[in-house]
Amino acid sequence: MSFLNALPGAISLGLIWGLLAIGVYITYKVLDIADLTVDGSVCTGGAVCAMLVISGVNVWLAVLIAVLAGAVAGLLTGVFHTLMGIPAILAGILTQLILWSVNLKIMGQANRSLSSRTYGVIITQLEAGWAILILFAFAAALIGLLYWFFGTETGSSIRATGNNPAMSRAQGINVSLNKVIGLMISNAIVALAGALLVQYQGFADINMGRGAIVIGLAAVIIGEAVVSFLPRNFAIRLAGVAVGGIIYYIVYQFVVWLGLDTELLKMLSALVVAVFLAIPYWKNKLIRKRAPKAASAPPPVPPESKEGGELHE
Amino acid sequence: MNERPMLVLENITKVFNRGSVNEKIALKDFSLTVQEGDFITVIGGNGAGKSTLMNVVCGTYPVDSGKVLLGGRDVTRLPEYRRAKYLGRVFQDPMMGTAPDMEIQENLALAYRRGKVRSLMPGIRKSEKAFYAEQLARLGLGLEERMSAKVGLLSGGQRQSLTLLMATLKKPDLLLLDEHTAALDPKTAAKVLSFTEEIAAEHGLTTIMITHNMMDAIRCGSRLIMMQEGRIIYDVSGEEKRKLRVEDLLERFRASSGELDDRMILG
Repeated sequence: MSFLNALPGAISLGLIWGLLAIGVYITYKVLDIADLTVDGSVCTGGAVCAMLVISGVNVWLAVLIAVLAGAVAGLLTGVFHTLMGIPAILAGILTQLILWSVNLKIMGQANRSLSSRTYGVIITQLEAGWAILILFAFAAALIGLLYWFFGTETGSSIRATGNNPAMSRAQGINVSLNKVIGLMISNAIVALAGALLVQYQGFADINMGRGAIVIGLAAVIIGEAVVSFLPRNFAIRLAGVAVGGIIYYIVYQFVVWLGLDTELLKMLSALVVAVFLAIPYWKNKLIRKRAPKAASAPPPVPPESKEGGELHE
Repeated sequence: MNERPMLVLENITKVFNRGSVNEKIALKDFSLTVQEGDFITVIGGNGAGKSTLMNVVCGTYPVDSGKVLLGGRDVTRLPEYRRAKYLGRVFQDPMMGTAPDMEIQENLALAYRRGKVRSLMPGIRKSEKAFYAEQLARLGLGLEERMSAKVGLLSGGQRQSLTLLMATLKKPDLLLLDEHTAALDPKTAAKVLSFTEEIAAEHGLTTIMITHNMMDAIRCGSRLIMMQEGRIIYDVSGEEKRKLRVEDLLERFRASSGELDDRMILG
């Protein structure tokens, strides 16, 4: 298969993972939580959608229920984190493990086929052109919805929660509730991506979410870089993340076409993401080395030394 | 003056790391009544319990025993975010009071909705912006010209001024200032402090201000409290407070305990 022939497929897969990455963006960038629920909830979305369609439920309704299932997964992580005080990363891992069992139970077996020839699906890789159009519509609608929501009073308070929890509490914001809402929205979006993915590829698989968080993060990082020269607008950034997913899959197709061992791809993705995550840290270190004085905070002054109001000129 | 207690702390005890080698009694059977309209300055050495006092009023820490009453309501068991309805707060760290990645006007809009149920209505309305611009103009920092700039771009002094404005945008029952000028350079500190006094006087705000600066503690406010080891060791107001000198306060510190004396000198 030539690289150009594979392009429509790469774009539509990239868009699906771009949607997932928008979900990751909500937790990772907005809430400042690395949520590993994603690896499980993408499969939950796929499994729920596949089983419902197979049992004769309308595909749109199936997608909607899959989205709700994703929100429940986010709720579970949120409860672990806020009500039970478990660190967010661990809370996500726990839910991920729970979902492994749940997903197997939903599907009844490790793999389910969802052939577009047998069932009415929204998108399929057999018609990649259509799939791209429909996925673009999904992405546009989702970005519009999120742009509106994060501009509301509730949405603003969720952004504040991730940005500065101490300030948020002082402004009367229920930080715990907001984290739970954010995790639910994020995993609902991830499940949507899962539901679209099983339709597109024509099957649901228990392993389909493995490493999803890494691909999501990669798309977020690429997306941020792509729109870095544009105004820092929330909708533009989300669009950038969707584009990030597309770029990721085009590069993926390209290295496959070059003949790279596909078994190594997950490792390479993870290493690339690791390097990109390290860049802000290295940048900081470099700045601190260059300007050791400016970066260091003023030392706390003991009370005695300030006695007599010497703060006044 | 209206003699209505705005804040009543009743026999508050707060111990950190109870039962361990690091046990620290931060507040010991602590009682304090603050009348409406009072402006109290609080001084004391490190570890005197000043910040714990603030955090107990805010609900950051639960108390071990005792009661917190705000405007006659028992808020002892109310979580921090629900007490925020009654409180305006400025922290010592200028980075703590604002959301750096959000716009100046967005921060103000968040503060303007303190104590309100947050709905799906727009987070900021056009009609509010004129009000915010007018309020920002009072700071004299030119922030009204850059309302859509991210707060992270502002200096410490600018952020602290903004935090103060946010704390008082919706008139709080009680304004809590936790060494809010300590991290600023002298000139900026004086500016922020004078704005503090201006805004407190304008709204007749009941205020508690922790400070390390004894001159400020004497000059500002209507009542001065000196704390040591979780207790009030000196409480002065009215004529007596006006006549206070820094030397008098130092004398009080020395008289209270030799151990404390060492700690103050060593810092």
